[in-house]
Amino acid sequence: MNTQTAIQVAGVNKWYGAFQVLKGIDLTVRKGERIVICGPSGSGKSTLIRCMNRLEVHQEGSIIVNGIELTSQLKRIDRVRSDVGMVFQHFNLFPHLTVLENCTVAQRWVRKLPKKQATEIAMKYLERVHIPEKADKYPGQLSGGQQQRVAIARALCMNPCIMLFDEPTSALDPEMVKEVLDTMISLAADGMTMVCVTHEMNFAREVASEVVFMDGGQIIERNKPDILFSAPTHERTKRFLGKLLH
Amino acid sequence: MFQLDLFLQAIFSAPLFQGALLTIGLSLCVMAVSLVLGMGLGSMAGSPRRSVRWLVTLYVWLFRGAPALLVLLFVWNGLPQISEIFRAGWFTPFVAAFLALSLIQIAYLAEILRSAFAAVGRGQQEGAAALGMHRWQIFLVITMPQALRIAVPSLMNEFISLLKTTSLATVISLKELMTVSQFAIATSFRFLEWYGAALVYYLVIVSVLTLAQNRIEHVLSRGYR
Ligand SMILES: Nc1ncnc2c1ncn2[C@@H]1O[C@H](COP(=O)(O)OP(=O)(O)OP(=O)(O)O)[C@@H](O)[C@H]1O
Ligand SMILES: [Mg+2]
Repeated sequence: MNTQTAIQVAGVNKWYGAFQVLKGIDLTVRKGERIVICGPSGSGKSTLIRCMNRLEVHQEGSIIVNGIELTSQLKRIDRVRSDVGMVFQHFNLFPHLTVLENCTVAQRWVRKLPKKQATEIAMKYLERVHIPEKADKYPGQLSGGQQQRVAIARALCMNPCIMLFDEPTSALDPEMVKEVLDTMISLAADGMTMVCVTHEMNFAREVASEVVFMDGGQIIERNKPDILFSAPTHERTKRFLGKLLH
Repeated sequence: MFQLDLFLQAIFSAPLFQGALLTIGLSLCVMAVSLVLGMGLGSMAGSPRRSVRWLVTLYVWLFRGAPALLVLLFVWNGLPQISEIFRAGWFTPFVAAFLALSLIQIAYLAEILRSAFAAVGRGQQEGAAALGMHRWQIFLVITMPQALRIAVPSLMNEFISLLKTTSLATVISLKELMTVSQFAIATSFRFLEWYGAALVYYLVIVSVLTLAQNRIEHVLSRGYR
């Protein structure tokens, strides 16, 4: 493990009861890399990405994030999480807080920043996702695309060194997908380390350093996007991509 | 016949006013303690340990099933028989009523709060946890405000019904509204005026609570309109 490694997943196995969701997953994410994970429904993509900030616990193997191994002995998992941003399929914004408060709450409680400074940082990122004018609205008053951009801003406010995305556009109406993807593309252009579960192939083609294809809890194959999309080596990958493109 | 001047006298009499204060004070104490302990019991209902869940079920079953009057009398008369401690001077009717009504109220609130917390949804906790918030921070800032918004109407109903249940404490001679009225009637035989005055007090208190409920619901529903 060298200092250029952001996340190292090695030999990870995970079970839900008797059902094995992850089977011997090995995956290294270097700093500045953008990894896109795709695969059929139920293949374990969400489970894998949620293990990376320990929203799910793995039973075997090791996961090292920013040099810290995620184990049950780890007392302050919240410290690791505060440096790893996560964006969910269903946004998970706090409906009882305004957009601005959504972006400042963790800064104030976790980073212990004074209100003024937290607000400045929040406004900076709300501007970055192009919705500073919604700061005083509540999430319920925003469109899906706007909510997801707030969720991205909320994560960025913690100044994370890694961002995890779990199907950030799949709950959105088609006309709102682009605004969210554009935000993610601009993040990638800034050199953010990203792990994205998504089926947006154009996005993958444009930003991914590597695309990982999962099926049945295993990583079937991984490659640069143009190679994986044009010449997949495994039958399962071919079938999956075939369905996706037609 | 009903005499207006006696009625007004009764309303503005010191004992009735003090009785009302006691009724309100007792209700507030019981409610405050039951909210905290009910929340604890409610969260224990989701414990992975079966014995814990079983204990919670047993508790709720017992104190929702037992009539308030019985529990009051049991605590006031029964406990001193069980132990020396309850024969000391601190064990006043107020303490006994507080204990008895809290035991019951906790059982009711645990159920309300448990379902309210369950209704908030895992995504909220995960969203906060992913930001690095600590467990108790998530509870305090994210989950609890949302659960309370859901629970407020039921909690207010429980509070109003508790307020009226305190009148049962008249059987252990706690000097709350009903007891005070009964005393006055025993010497004056003016039933209409004193019961009427007590009724006015209850109605006023409940009306204030209803207004407070509207206000609280309004504040908590920000973001949901
Ligand atoms: N809490 C759980 N308990 C039991 N089984 C679960 C649980 N969560 C997920 N699973 C199962 O684990 C498998 C992998 O789930 P996961 O959510 O990781 O899939 P996914 O690749 O993200 O799928 P999708 O594209 O539908 O989101 C599925 O078969 C799912 O039914
Ligand atoms: Mg998923």
